[in-house]
Amino acid sequence: MADVKVGRFDDIADGAHRVYATSGREVGVFRVGAKVYAWENHCPHAGGPVCQGRIFGRIGEELTEDKRSLGMFYTGQKHIVCPWHGFEFDVETGRHPGDEATRLKGFPAEVRDGDIWLKLPG
Amino acid sequence: MDDRTSVPTGVFELPTVDTLTDTRDLLAHATKEAEKLNDYFVVDSDGHLSEFPFWQEIIGRMDNKVYRDMAKSFKDRPGSPPGLSNATPGMLYQDMFGRIPHQQRLGEKTPSSQHPMVTLTQRAMDTMGLDYMVTLPTPMLVLGMHPQPEIEAAIGQAFNAWMCEDMLPHEKRMINMIYLPFNDPEAALREVEKHAANPQVVGYMVTSTRYRPVHHDCYMKLYAAIEASGKPISFHSGFHWGDESMKQCNRFLSMHAISFVYYNIIHMTNWVINGIPERFPKLKSMWVESGLAWVPFVMQRLDSEYMMRTSEAPLLKRKPSEYMREMYYTTQPMERDNLELLEATFKAINAETQLLFATDWPHWDFDLPNSITQLPFLNEQQKRNILGLNAAKLFNLKVPEHKLGKPSLGPVGEAAAAQGITLSKGR
Repeated sequence: MADVKVGRFDDIADGAHRVYATSGREVGVFRVGAKVYAWENHCPHAGGPVCQGRIFGRIGEELTEDKRSLGMFYTGQKHIVCPWHGFEFDVETGRHPGDEATRLKGFPAEVRDGDIWLKLPG
Repeated sequence: MDDRTSVPTGVFELPTVDTLTDTRDLLAHATKEAEKLNDYFVVDSDGHLSEFPFWQEIIGRMDNKVYRDMAKSFKDRPGSPPGLSNATPGMLYQDMFGRIPHQQRLGEKTPSSQHPMVTLTQRAMDTMGLDYMVTLPTPMLVLGMHPQPEIEAAIGQAFNAWMCEDMLPHEKRMINMIYLPFNDPEAALREVEKHAANPQVVGYMVTSTRYRPVHHDCYMKLYAAIEASGKPISFHSGFHWGDESMKQCNRFLSMHAISFVYYNIIHMTNWVINGIPERFPKLKSMWVESGLAWVPFVMQRLDSEYMMRTSEAPLLKRKPSEYMREMYYTTQPMERDNLELLEATFKAINAETQLLFATDWPHWDFDLPNSITQLPFLNEQQKRNILGLNAAKLFNLKVPEHKLGKPSLGPVGEAAAAQGITLSKGR
């Protein structure tokens, strides 16, 4: 594994993301509050540039106690959506909301002295 | 060829994809995959263009001056709506409300030296490693539901003229299936006769989304003409949320999943049970954009009922599934979450000779060649057949020698090879 500095933490607004390419590897870095998450820019579905998609709020459906639908709402979780086919993944867990096994590949990421560092396979 | 500047080095940023993203950037990951297929012959049997950006050009090709003027009169309305089209833009949810930009619009820059439609198609072919692409319209897939058959015929005629005379001559790798205005059988026949000699016209397309029984006697002249042309008739499915059955679905997902299969199930059933393959034994049929899972379902249902109620299908001499195994199918959108079911489907439809790869690009549920190359149950030759060699036979396309793959040994050769015997070249 190699430590790679990809950018400045302050360059990514809270709730936003950027995608970096280095040494033939593409990685999306997502900021949620003070944390950063790094996911490979490769959709497990068909290999699309998932991290180059847009972030959308996860949509839920609210039910009454007797199970009638009250319609859709935003849950507050954020999803990155692959621009090829629309597969979506939680930016914090990398997980597809409908299938535990369908996940983005993650890399260790941390902020040191205001810089974002990734541990990438050498 | 991508003539842009070279890739930067070090750490650099990749932009968010939007409707202005260049196809070559959007599909860059596909290009890496395509590089592994340099010696494969790959034909996309179902690619698309968005015709509305070019609507003024298309309606300008209408033979009927009155309809042409009617369509043109929309140009000055707010937003320049596509005059005479029956598409309902406010309910086109395919792009998932901004999640899939390329479905919404390919708004990238194109050079002024050639028509943007040609450039966009070339970029798609080059990035995905395609040798040929069948280029079909998009909103017109629902034109069969137009309440005015004469307008369907006028738009169909205009689109065919625009495609065959204004677009295809600029790129030999673009091939086409003529739009048949099927609600007007005489007009459909005229379109067949008009374009039959064009080598870039490789077939004739019925958009399946319509309420017309395909076995009606009014179509027999049309089928005879298509049979005589040697080119296939295709049934390209689609969706229609206005259909009374589909109105029961409250989500686009549900309606779309069922609708694309529903129309082809009905047309296939009428086609087979009324003995169209017996009436026109050399007429080749293709079933497009319904995926594949429905085919073994219909085979089993029809065989089961036919064996009990044979008297209701007197033209048949074999089981329905036997006729269906001789038809052609395109892959996309290929259901592949359960590989055991998919493998059984491939066997049921005799995929090795009857299945044709299709992307459906630039639509939201497009497939890439790796949807075939990654299948673990196919051998090398089967992959080559499905990706392009089956289409080459059906569409009469020339295959470069280096893309033919390993020549088939045939039954004698395979038996010899199994015993370690090498047959001489001269046999």
